[in-house]
Amino acid sequence: MSTMTHEQTTDHEHHDEHHGAPKGLMRWVLTTNHKDIGSLYLWFSFLMFLTGGAMAMVIRAELFQPGLQLVEPNFFNQMTTVHGLIMVFGAVMPAFTGLANWLIPMMIGAPDMALPRMNNWSFWILPFAFSLLIGSLFMEGGGPNFGWTFYAPLSTTYSPDTTALFVFAVHIMGISSIMGAINVIVTIVNMRAPGMTWMKLPLFVWTWLITAFLLIAVMPVLAGAVTMVLTDKFFGTSFFDAAGGGDPVMFQHIFWFFGHPEVYIMILPSFGIISAIVPAFSRKPLFGYASMVYATASIAILSFLVWAHHMFTTGMPVFAELFFMYCTMLIAVPTGVKVFNWVATMWRGAMTFETPMLFSLAFIILFTIGGFSGLMLAITPADFQYHDTYFVVAHFHYVLVSGAVFSIMAAAYYWLPKWTGYMYDETLGKWHFWCSVVSVNILFFPMHFLGLAGMPRRIPDYAIQFADVNQIVSIGGFAFGLSQLIFLYLVIKCVRGGDKAPAKPWEGSEGLEWTIASPAPYHSFTTPPEVK
Amino acid sequence: MTQTTKSNRKLLTMLILGSVGMFGFGFALVPLYDVLCDALGINGKPQGTASTYEAVVVDKNRTVTIEFIAHVQSGMAWTFTPQVNRIEVHPGQLTHAKFLAHNLSTKDTVGQAIPSVSPGQGAAYFNKTECFCFNQQPLAASATAELPLIFYVDPDLPASINTLTLSYTLYDITGKAVNAIEQGAAK
Repeated sequence: MSTMTHEQTTDHEHHDEHHGAPKGLMRWVLTTNHKDIGSLYLWFSFLMFLTGGAMAMVIRAELFQPGLQLVEPNFFNQMTTVHGLIMVFGAVMPAFTGLANWLIPMMIGAPDMALPRMNNWSFWILPFAFSLLIGSLFMEGGGPNFGWTFYAPLSTTYSPDTTALFVFAVHIMGISSIMGAINVIVTIVNMRAPGMTWMKLPLFVWTWLITAFLLIAVMPVLAGAVTMVLTDKFFGTSFFDAAGGGDPVMFQHIFWFFGHPEVYIMILPSFGIISAIVPAFSRKPLFGYASMVYATASIAILSFLVWAHHMFTTGMPVFAELFFMYCTMLIAVPTGVKVFNWVATMWRGAMTFETPMLFSLAFIILFTIGGFSGLMLAITPADFQYHDTYFVVAHFHYVLVSGAVFSIMAAAYYWLPKWTGYMYDETLGKWHFWCSVVSVNILFFPMHFLGLAGMPRRIPDYAIQFADVNQIVSIGGFAFGLSQLIFLYLVIKCVRGGDKAPAKPWEGSEGLEWTIASPAPYHSFTTPPEVK
Repeated sequence: MTQTTKSNRKLLTMLILGSVGMFGFGFALVPLYDVLCDALGINGKPQGTASTYEAVVVDKNRTVTIEFIAHVQSGMAWTFTPQVNRIEVHPGQLTHAKFLAHNLSTKDTVGQAIPSVSPGQGAAYFNKTECFCFNQQPLAASATAELPLIFYVDPDLPASINTLTLSYTLYDITGKAVNAIEQGAAK
């Protein structure tokens, strides 16, 4: 992408001795250092990933056999709801924010994020949000049980009293994401090193910049939607209550106006990660850099025009269904451009298959499968069959687990040497990859067939003919859950020691972050590098 | 450094204003939704006010099936049923229909019926000159009432629509009777 000067490397190791990290617990509470905050976000996200994963294990254990074995249906509903909320707002989004914190300043040659104290706040309100949410599970009436989409009237008329806590938790998560997004935008706009022009930005920075604008556009709308649920439930308003002149279908419109851009918030940074890793291990520059930038921007714009494809069965007029169907299919074009570019990058490259590359390759293949099932769902007449079945569950887990989560794993492996200063255990990494990629397909692929055969989502019990396939799915689920413990062990091992990592541990990697030492010193780029 | 701080502040202010604006936009979607649905006539909400029956030509060559459906909000101890489930009418023909309501509870209750027409695009052609849904329906404990509906189908009804389904859902609004009627009338 660009050539950088290397003089920074030695300069900073010496500097570091005077301004190293403070010691003790308060270092983490009070920190304004982008690397500390990045680590906090990443560890928090991993903790939430395991928590939400444990809930998924409860779901899969209950669904191992038809009939009710382990949990009450109401508790089952709480598990599906909180699993979704935790994975979306607690695991995937904070992981991306953590990566943004660690990487964006190092990639653009900035000493830190632009608004470090706000950065501290945006992380430290998150544990409170998730304490409220998870705590509500143990309260009278139970936690939220209306699905992560909290459709009215499930969340207004029929919800437990703890809905108020759910609403406040979502408010706090929203404020945290907005603060994170503002920080990313201000950093990228104002703190780029001299010579780091827009079209020289690494794609991870570009995709995050666009994601941040999406966050600012839609997280406040989500905050508005939960506020309306709160006042409908507790203060007698009738936004979604037909008896008072409201309309429950309007809830779905407002929710998905947030919800559809939200799914791109959870995938655009992945595209940036893959666009960094694939060229590094193909030892070729990224094919079609500019088209990647424009494709990302067009996906972001189109994401505001497709929300009602989640609502084909609400009785929309045919012209509206066709409009949303065609707009949705249009998104396949820029997404296809991206997949094409990654494949073209690998074409005739000198490829090697270290763990980050393996996860990236799995991402490209499995995300594309998820994209294709998305196209099937976009076909209005077909959607009437697929709607609210396990086919939908299969679709969004392909794009979110083997898509977003795999890209986060790939990023973790790729930049771990930079973060910890040690190489991770490649053998363990390969074990983690192969266990994950096999089990994730055993877990999610058969769900397509369950859905096509008519098994509805969000049910604790099912018709007997679905028993065999559900058993296979559950076994895949347990295997996938256990495989992630390999990753936990690997990361802890890597933090504690291993082979010393050089400043640039990957032969083909490009970017300013590889010009500074490994581990990255506590303060980097205090004098901006010159980008040529 | 001060230059950076200044431009950071400026951008920060703009982005915070943007977020607050989008929060407002979330609420602006509520009236916007009603306006759009009204303008495009797409969500099956018929007019909430009485139409007049003047100079309407009855189209004897065409027959439209009208189906009636009645629901009661779960937990509300009323029965609520149409007297007939389906009738055939000519477009433009003024027709009388009745719904029967019976309060099964031992408490005086106020009900409000909310209409919805399917297919949604037919709603604009379903005109009511008189409807119990324009008003709240108070019903004493154990009382029974016949609720009248007088309507005609606009002769301009698109040829693609042969059946109109009119669905009423009855809600218990005893608690917020006064507020609800004001909003209901405003619709």
